[in-house]
Amino acid sequence: MAAEPEIIDAIAGLNLFADLSQPQLEGIAHIMDERTFPVGERVLRQGVSGSAFFIIVDGEVRVVVDGTERSTLGRGEFFGEVSVLLGETATADVYATRPLRCLVLPGAQVEPFLIAHPRVMFRMLQTQARRLRAANRWRD
Amino acid sequence: MEGLTDGGVMATPGGGDRPSPPGAYQVVVIGSGPGGLQVAYWLRRHGLRLAVLSGDPSPGGMFRRWPFFQRLLSWTKPHALPPRGSRAYERFDWNSLVADEAHARARQAPLMDGTSEFPARAEMEANLAAFARETELAVRYDCRWESTRARDGGGFIVETSDGIYEADAVVVAVGVAEPYTPPGNGMDLTHHYAQVRPPESYAGRRVVILGKQNSGFELANGLLPWACSLALVSPSAAKLSVQTRTLGGVRARYVQPYEDHVLGGGVSLLDAAIDRIERVEGGDGTLAVHLRRTDGGGDLRLEAEDVISATGFTAPLRDLADLGVVISGRSRLAQLTAWWESTTVPGVWFAGTLGQAAKGLEKHGVPANSGAVHGARYNARALAERLAETQFGIPRERPSIDPAGAIDFIVRELAEGPELWHQRAYLTRILTADPEAGLVDDGVQPLTHFLDTAGPDAMGLTIEADGSGAIYPVVYSRRDGQVTEHRLDADPLLRYDTDVVRQAVTTIARETLPGVA
Repeated sequence: MAAEPEIIDAIAGLNLFADLSQPQLEGIAHIMDERTFPVGERVLRQGVSGSAFFIIVDGEVRVVVDGTERSTLGRGEFFGEVSVLLGETATADVYATRPLRCLVLPGAQVEPFLIAHPRVMFRMLQTQARRLRAANRWRD
Repeated sequence: MEGLTDGGVMATPGGGDRPSPPGAYQVVVIGSGPGGLQVAYWLRRHGLRLAVLSGDPSPGGMFRRWPFFQRLLSWTKPHALPPRGSRAYERFDWNSLVADEAHARARQAPLMDGTSEFPARAEMEANLAAFARETELAVRYDCRWESTRARDGGGFIVETSDGIYEADAVVVAVGVAEPYTPPGNGMDLTHHYAQVRPPESYAGRRVVILGKQNSGFELANGLLPWACSLALVSPSAAKLSVQTRTLGGVRARYVQPYEDHVLGGGVSLLDAAIDRIERVEGGDGTLAVHLRRTDGGGDLRLEAEDVISATGFTAPLRDLADLGVVISGRSRLAQLTAWWESTTVPGVWFAGTLGQAAKGLEKHGVPANSGAVHGARYNARALAERLAETQFGIPRERPSIDPAGAIDFIVRELAEGPELWHQRAYLTRILTADPEAGLVDDGVQPLTHFLDTAGPDAMGLTIEADGSGAIYPVVYSRRDGQVTEHRLDADPLLRYDTDVVRQAVTTIARETLPGVA
């Protein structure tokens, strides 16, 4: 099935996909599910298994760990990767704080997806490195 | 709660005895496919005054027209181990609607001719007609839904070809039935799945099918004896249900074109996006399909006499967006709460296949079966209970459970509860330690509602799958507001009425529901 041009345009502007060609973007739009969430809805549940990798196309979420808000994420950012990469239960609750539109990739599909798209994996690593640096600064 | 509604058959000013004439009702249900019939049945059990409207001349919904090659994708096994008509049998019968009355249950199997476990379209239509007849559901056919607007002071005004209806709640069950062809250069030269001609008219022709999901493979399979070459094209690789181990993939009975492809038998599966489609000059109607491969290969050009868009369907929701219903996604579905109500317009609910917009957790990437009869029929019961309770103050039944029999109850539900088996990690059977009423069966509810809502100590029972092929029970315990997930071991024969399960749930129950064990 051909993906809708609108979603392809929307993801073309995301940092994670900045190195991809148009056909590759169309392929990504085709294999990932698009989901929307109203304000206040819980998107990810701490302690629950089998969750997915989410990329924010529009909107904003707050990330809550053990009841404490830890960060806010917006367009182009992603969440759910820690539990997916480590095969563990979700490490945070995530709630939509603005109308949320995401691309979703089930956990089991993340590894083959990243191996098939090494430039996406590299940009994801860069983001993880920035998050680690910020966490270390916070600790210092 | 033996419900009686609008009184069945009533004379109408337009002549003829047709039920549910224009007027004021508590609930208007739109649609007479399996989704409309099932939700109307449960709403009626709550004693609500209903009008059930359908633009079609008879029950059946999309099964009156599709699948094109006649047989359904959903099985009914006439000779399963559990006796026909039992709850446990429902796991093996995906097509019958469910009812309390024995004579209305398991209607599909007796209507099948024994040549396949997949009913033919006519057999499914007969099954739905039998359900409507056996349950005496009064549906006003040939009454087309035209528009919906808010009523002053609350509720809705529904305009139809027969006149104006007023209702406090509207349940939309019109299916995902509007043919959808994505925009693109030359897509107007294609014809949609819904416009496919008789198969013999494709004899000796080259056919390109856009789409590698079930509808694309269904057409390819049906055209194998006719087309001289077939190409199936979409940006991502075909996924087969036997590989994904879910219904999210091409079903086994349509896989023949895949085998023809890998054996070099005149079928090509191409991972590519459409660049453009154009007529070949002097080609006598021949089309050229230009492709940009998404698998890293170079561009391709194909010639074909026919290009078919198996690109899906959208929900024909008329002017609900103007009413404020948020509609999104490729299938243009309404954004829903866990209970299948619009997130933005309370009082507008969605049943049948439209309920798939409430996706739930999709744990391990395994989708719910809300888009199919065998999932939607259980959603409908929970929806009706919720609607009756929240909009009309009709309390849900919450039968007491004798603590001495609680473990037996839990084991039985895990072993054979059809709601849990068909709606994995989506619907859950709740046992609550109610501070006033004691231990109660809180019925079947959406799992996300249980996880996201505070409440007294309780257990939520589910059956789940992780995409590896394993199917196993999971118990969610809520103790002092804290929910914990307990995964039980998978049994290779899927037997969950065992001592192992009994011991495991006894341990969890002792910690969660004091006094139970």
